[in-house]
This record gives sequence, C-alpha cells and structure tokens, in this order.
Amino acid sequence: MKKLILTAAALALTAGTAMAESHAMTVRMGTEGAYPPFNFLNDDGEVDGFERELGDAICETAELTCEWVTNEWDSIIPNLVSSNYDTIIAGMSITDERDEVIDFTEAYFPPDPSSFVATSDAFDGTGVIAAQTGTIQASHVASIEGAQLIEFATPDETIAAVKNGEADAVLADKSFLEPIVAEDGDLMFAGEDVMLGGGIGIGVRESDTELKDKLDAAIASLKEDGTVNELIEKWFDGMEGPY
Amino acid sequence: MLEVCDDPQALAGVQWLTCYLTSGKHLLFYQSFGTVMLLLLVTAPVSLAFGFAGAGAARSRVAPLRWLGKGYTSIVRGVPDIAFFLFFVIALDQAFEWLRHQVKCPDWDAPIRQGSDFVVCAQAKLPLSSSPQWVHESYGFALAVLTFAIVFGAFAANVLYGAMRSVPRAQMETAEAYGMTHRQAYWRILVPQMWVYALPGLSNLWMILIKATPLLFLLGVEDIVYWARELGGSKTARFSDFPHGDWRMYYFGALLVFYLLLTRVSEVVLDRLMARLSHGQATAAGEAQRKATA
Repeated sequence: MKKLILTAAALALTAGTAMAESHAMTVRMGTEGAYPPFNFLNDDGEVDGFERELGDAICETAELTCEWVTNEWDSIIPNLVSSNYDTIIAGMSITDERDEVIDFTEAYFPPDPSSFVATSDAFDGTGVIAAQTGTIQASHVASIEGAQLIEFATPDETIAAVKNGEADAVLADKSFLEPIVAEDGDLMFAGEDVMLGGGIGIGVRESDTELKDKLDAAIASLKEDGTVNELIEKWFDGMEGPY
Repeated sequence: MLEVCDDPQALAGVQWLTCYLTSGKHLLFYQSFGTVMLLLLVTAPVSLAFGFAGAGAARSRVAPLRWLGKGYTSIVRGVPDIAFFLFFVIALDQAFEWLRHQVKCPDWDAPIRQGSDFVVCAQAKLPLSSSPQWVHESYGFALAVLTFAIVFGAFAANVLYGAMRSVPRAQMETAEAYGMTHRQAYWRILVPQMWVYALPGLSNLWMILIKATPLLFLLGVEDIVYWARELGGSKTARFSDFPHGDWRMYYFGALLVFYLLLTRVSEVVLDRLMARLSHGQATAAGEAQRKATA
C-alpha cells in the first residue's frame, strides 16, 4: 500500500513537471479592470479595453500564452513581486519610485497629461482634491500647496467623490477623464493640465529579464507596423497615434 | 443572454432592467453569493476543528502541547484580523512555494529572494502558472478558508476551553469513580456536556464570521462586495451597453438585506439548537425546560 502511494505521488510530481515544461511560457497578465478606456470589465465580466487588445497582440507577436487576471490597484505591485502574476498592464505610468521595485518595458502609451475635473469652473487648483491611492496624481496633489488630498481605492470612487461634493476636484489621467466628462453634464475640466510620469509601460519583476526582452521586442514591432497607433486611435477619441 | 437584450439602448423600463440584471457581469455577481455561502459552510466546521484541537491542547497534561495550545489562542486572538489576513496569505503562499522549491528544484542555484522579488522555479509555483484560471481561484479560495479557520479557530478554542471548564467537576469525579480512564472521561462525559456551555460563544463567532466574509475581497477572491462595488460604479455609454450613474447605494443596500437575512436565519437555527442541547442539562435553561414539562 505504501509503495502504491509513493508511486502515485511520484507520478503526480513528474506529470506536474512535464506539464510545466510544455507550457513553460504562460504569462499571467495582471490588470486592475476599473480604468476605462485602458482596462475595464465589460458587461460579460471579462477584461476589455485598450490594454486587453494590445496585450493580446503583444502575446501573439511574442508567442506567449496569456491569461488575464484582475487585482486591486493597491496591492498590484506586491502581488507581482511575489509572483502571483507575471506582468502589470494597468495604465501604470513609468516613474522612478516604481522603477526601484519593478522593471518597465518600453512605453506603449505616450506621457499623458493629468487633468483636474470639477463641478464648476470656480476651481482654482486648491481645496480638497480626490485621487486614486498610490498613483502619480496622488503624490502630485500631496505636493500642491493649499490642496488637501483625499485618496480612494478605485478610480470610479474619485469621480463619485466630486459628484457628491466630498471633493472639489479630481486629478487623474486626461484620457480616463475625457469620456466621463463628455457624457456627464455636471462635470467639466478645470484648472491647468499637468504633465506627470514618463509614459505607460508594462511592469515586470526585476529578475524577469527574459520576459522583459520578449515584451520589449514585441512592443517595438507592434509600434513599427502601426498596430499600437491603430489601437490608440480606436480606444481614445481624437487622439493621434504617436509612434 | 435573452434575445431581446441584443440592443439594450432601444429598451426601457422593466425590459431594460431585466436585460441589465441578467448581463454576464450580474451572473458573476449572483455566483459570488454562492462563493460566500460555500466559504461559510466550509470554514465553520474547519474552524471548529481547529478550535477543538486548540482547546484540547491547552488542557493537555503534556507541557509543550499546552504551551502550543495557549500560544496559538493568545497570539492569533491578539493580532488584528486585517493585519493577519494581509500578512498571512502572502506568507503562507510563499512558504508552500518555498517547500515545493526545495523538493522539486534541488539544483537551482539562483537565490529565491532577489531584492523584493520572490522567485522560485517554474515547477514549484503554486498553482503552476500554466494552470487554468479556475485552479488559481480555487487555490486562493482554499488559502482564504485556511486563514479564516486559523483566525476563528483561535477564538473557538478559547470558547471551548472555557466550556470544558464549565462542566461541573462532580461529573468528572463520578466518571473517575466509575473507573473510567482520563481519556474515556474526556470523550464520554466532558465533550458531550460542554456544548451547551460553548454554544452561546460559538453562535457569536458564527455571526462574526458571517460579517467577516467581505475580508475575502482583501484576499483577492471576487466576492459579493467586490462585484457590488464594480457593478454599482457609474458606467459610461462608451464602455457599457447599460450606462448608469453611481448606483453603489442600491447594491450595498441589497448586500445589507442579504446579511441581515442570513444573520436572522442563523439566530432562529441557533435558538432551536440551544433548546435541544439544554434538554436534560443541569443549567438554568435545562431546568426551565424540565419545569415546563413537569
């Protein structure tokens, strides 16, 4: 009996190993799923958006099998470094602080201005300003004199805070705010846009140089054949493909 | 879904609502109620087992076992749930992967900790990164059950420990006078009688466990709170066929009703159980039952 169990265990172990080798390059793509048009859950509950289509294109070019997973923005970096997924493709701007912890591929989206959105044009750049926790916008608001930062876990909550009067304005990526302002009569852009961050790239673990090289090569070739531009023009109204 | 739902913009009123409430995303929301119920049904007996083992150990006559039991209850009860959940799941996951790494990749020479990265060989990943998404989800769920069981097991251990001490000493003395061994007296006299003392404490724990299920969301399991927040958030027409404003209030209202119903049903069931356990016991409730029938 004991022998039987041992054999079964050994079989299970080797079977596991063989499986791992045959699909060695399954890449788990981590995203937030709450930041349209970059990434969001569509009506069927699947990840959709610019990054979904771009990510699928990248995986096809780099010949990787990709699996999409969603994770809270707050813990998106810790879960990457502890290997729960292999990439972050979630509209994450490349910054020096993040670069110390993880690595970024080359940018697939150009540096995007951040804008303030308020319910009236009386907003003068000070007062209570909402931003999502752990974003470049949150650290920017924290550094503005006369502004008080309130942070929220999801981008949607920052907008809700402005609409219900909890905050005077919200600071976020312009490309995220544009479709919202376009549809909502109460909200408008206010104050000056600010340039933050150095474009948006895919985050990978620092030890994962092989994957980073593959993704870099795929992004470069997709930029060259115009796919990235095409997708940017498709998902972002009135934006020219920059590559 | 339904055929009429192909063009939701053209719909209005009840029809629109029907289509909206049967969208793929809503079906996932309904499924997540199942996830929560499953978590409760699995976690409750497992925590009880942890608690029973903990209480038994704390009463043990073997000193190291006693220290283990007492240490478990006091340490886990002292740490805030959220800290425990955030720390423990990552630590537990890494511990499993580290063990598998030692077994499966003995000749791996790169360090496991590289800066902030935790890197084990591909075969040691748990679950394997090539496994389908449902395996990852079940693994996350299992980790959640284990974490819940450890936390609530510590509280249950304390309740059971107290309950065991509440069984009248005379009962145990009688058992010994009949010549029962320590073990026999424990299983035949002490354990059957302690439940009536344990139940009030355990029913409190059950209620707290019900209310603690939204912590699942912290563990990355997509539970009802996750979906309520996702579905309730405002949707623009460009990215959804069912644009709407901020509806979180309605969704969280629905959750409120769900949780209240669940606790109400639990109360009724626990009251009946208590009446049953009190039958023939030398407690105030048992005495009242005896007088009512006499």
